[in-house]
Amino acid sequence: MPYSSLIVNPMRQELTAVGFQELMTPDEVDAFMNEKASSAMLVINSVCGCAAGQARPGVHLALRHEVRPERLVTVFAGQEVEATKQARDHFADIPPSSPSIALFKDGEMVYFVPRHRIESRSAEDVAADLTAAFDRYFAAETAS
Amino acid sequence: MGTFHDDKHELHGTTIVVDTTSDEIFIGRCEDIDEREVILLDVDVHRDGDEGRSKEDYVQHAAQIGFWKKYDRVAIASEKVVSVRRLGDL
Repeated sequence: MPYSSLIVNPMRQELTAVGFQELMTPDEVDAFMNEKASSAMLVINSVCGCAAGQARPGVHLALRHEVRPERLVTVFAGQEVEATKQARDHFADIPPSSPSIALFKDGEMVYFVPRHRIESRSAEDVAADLTAAFDRYFAAETAS
Repeated sequence: MGTFHDDKHELHGTTIVVDTTSDEIFIGRCEDIDEREVILLDVDVHRDGDEGRSKEDYVQHAAQIGFWKKYDRVAIASEKVVSVRRLGDL
């Protein structure tokens, strides 16, 4: 059952404020996937503070890095249920978890951070994992 | 910003690995731990040797990509628990 928008909206805004586009429907998810952006990050957002409370600040910190994905999108697990399912269907061999973070290069997933790699860690630790992945997979795109 | 649950065990909300005295090992989200039991939500269970994998092989694979939920909720009696570890630490 979805949470009240009074609870959820600030959690949405933590991501939209730094440039994330919310994917609200399966069609919007498919459109993003079909873009095959040269570098993209998908955040599966979540209400639970035990993990998501560090995911969003970690993403914020990571996006200060010189190398970063050009396309930023998010779906909200438990809120946009169909859109979240559609996103997960695009990487069906990965067990679902939320919050989680996926990086795409030319439409192919190249890196995935499941929930258990976020929970109990600091935002700085989450950001360090992400920026290392940005450098590994997206450095050429940012430099060109 | 998030929702927090200060009345629960410190591992509440964390994905943990619970090894047992039997051939079963569990991974799930810790709901609570007390003197009687470990309560897990969104749980997978592996039996030693299933699919040719030991308990530790299974745990190492789960540490890489996660795990597939088989049960909504499992309670494991404390006397059966050998160890409790965070999956994220592995």
